[in-house]
Amino acid sequence: MQNTPMDIQVLKDLARQFRLDVLDITTHAGSGHPSSSFSCVEILTALYFGGILRYRSQEPDWPERDRFIMSKGHAAPLLYVVLAQAGFIQREQLWTLRQVNSPLQGHPVEGLVPGVETTSGSLGKGLSVGLGHVLGGRLNKLDYRVYVLLGDGECEEGQIWEAAMAAAHFRAGNLIAIVDYNKYQETGPISREIALEPFVAKWQAFGWYVEEVDGHDIGALIEALTSVSVPLTHPVTRVVHHASRIRHGVRAEGQPSVIIAHTVKGKGVSFVEADYTFHGRALTPEQAAKAREELQCH
Amino acid sequence: MSLGQRAGLKPARPMRDVFGEALLQLCQDNPRVLVLDGDLCNTTKTLAVRQRFPERFLNIGLAESNMISIAAGLADCGFIPFCTSMAAFLLSNGYDQLRLCIAISALNVKIVGSHGGITLGKDGPTAMAIEDLALVGGLPTFTILVPSDPAIMHAAVRAAAEHIGPVYLRSSRVAMPHIYPEDQCPFEIGKANVVREGRDVTIIGCGIMVAAALDAAVMLAEEGIQARVLDLHTLRPLDREAIAAAARETGAIVTAEEHLLHGGMGSNVARIVAETCPVPMRFVGLADVYTDSGDPDELLVKYGMTADDIVRAAREAVEAKV
Repeated sequence: MQNTPMDIQVLKDLARQFRLDVLDITTHAGSGHPSSSFSCVEILTALYFGGILRYRSQEPDWPERDRFIMSKGHAAPLLYVVLAQAGFIQREQLWTLRQVNSPLQGHPVEGLVPGVETTSGSLGKGLSVGLGHVLGGRLNKLDYRVYVLLGDGECEEGQIWEAAMAAAHFRAGNLIAIVDYNKYQETGPISREIALEPFVAKWQAFGWYVEEVDGHDIGALIEALTSVSVPLTHPVTRVVHHASRIRHGVRAEGQPSVIIAHTVKGKGVSFVEADYTFHGRALTPEQAAKAREELQCH
Repeated sequence: MSLGQRAGLKPARPMRDVFGEALLQLCQDNPRVLVLDGDLCNTTKTLAVRQRFPERFLNIGLAESNMISIAAGLADCGFIPFCTSMAAFLLSNGYDQLRLCIAISALNVKIVGSHGGITLGKDGPTAMAIEDLALVGGLPTFTILVPSDPAIMHAAVRAAAEHIGPVYLRSSRVAMPHIYPEDQCPFEIGKANVVREGRDVTIIGCGIMVAAALDAAVMLAEEGIQARVLDLHTLRPLDREAIAAAARETGAIVTAEEHLLHGGMGSNVARIVAETCPVPMRFVGLADVYTDSGDPDELLVKYGMTADDIVRAAREAVEAKV
């Protein structure tokens, strides 16, 4: 399957299905990070089904593909669910998550699952790996884009800023970072533990073009991702100016871009949204039944 | 006496110079090879690659973690990246990245740790890699190469590029004398070289300690002890057969390495000996200490890594035979 832009309502329905699938497979596995997956559902939906990423699921190593690097590896359940929908893996495989002899490790391992571009699960590496793909693409004379999804807590890792500095130096204009800014790390609120703010200014100081967006507004995400992805090779027809998108300055040639996506940890399930201690634990079958009801109502 | 003199070995240039030459040659021969630098190309001797192939040389700066993860992306794009810096900095700063980005998925990345061991000398313990082999030994998919002479260095650099998968190669600041003829150096990853035959004891060395072992073998011969010397240039995969044969045929083993004894080559050899043919063993290397700054030769004497130390260890091992 390839990525042809879909109608927003279809994308919203897909996003709901992804949350249900993440819920189901993590509860089935008895562990995992559903709340960290829920916060970035719309981001992956926009990338894989909103006409942004160029891929061929039947040819996962297609050299000209755009890269998607899942640096926040604990959102693996969502990545697998999306890869199944995109045709990289079989849907039935999803229910083997975290089981012996399954390729679906608790955190993604490159080489085991088609479409998984990098091993992640120790945080802070993905932006550098993405920069490697940018530099390799340049040497191979290919013009693909590289998208890296970072967690907000992950931005406490020093290597993120090593990569940010180097990406600007190497003029990695086709490197696009997306931060899933759900405001919570494992122990508690980011602002209480290790604050990221002023976050926009930090990226700008490292030479990046910055946009902020409502990370649950698929239309706004597609618009932001499209604008930082030019030059484009496929047409995008919807051009709506969303109130939930803030552009900081003007993107310059060769400047890497970061989209700070404001999200809600556990998005879609009220009692998970309200309790950050759900990080790193699956819902019990009873909680999952209640969550399913909520998700199906929306 | 200088290293290798007793054994009649011809002196050579510093190993890092030889590495630089070998890497330049490799870049000429293989257009997929890239060189990543941690701002130490003057030190690791990769400067010639930068001058000759600027588009294939990337100075990532003083950011070893970043360098190693970038290399993972480049390997995914079909390149053969050689990450070069001081061994102490590459492995310590980059260990998480070596493990996660390279080792777990066995990516085709080559790590060259320069200034291995204590013989970098005067820069002192902060710059010395006395634990690099133990650290990389903790990464199961890595092949580990420790060249002992210029010809082996050339062969190892070529072999590292040809081998598909992660490789760690140790380079050094010091000169190691010629052990092999330059044009006919036997080298196969995982196959140790017998560089001297003997029946009473086997000295298994790697890196600079192979020349020291050959000096020691000459001294032991004067006492009537005939020592076999094995150049264990590959620490993973270990040459099980050569180690087992040494134990079986000579009945005693001494290992000699410029590295911490804890987790180093000797402890891995001991595991094979224990499994195949237990015989008395002695271990020459660095005890659990950080060394001083100082002249390399003086450091080797102070910390017990000379031909004399090997001779003493060999005598003990031979005496312990039943």
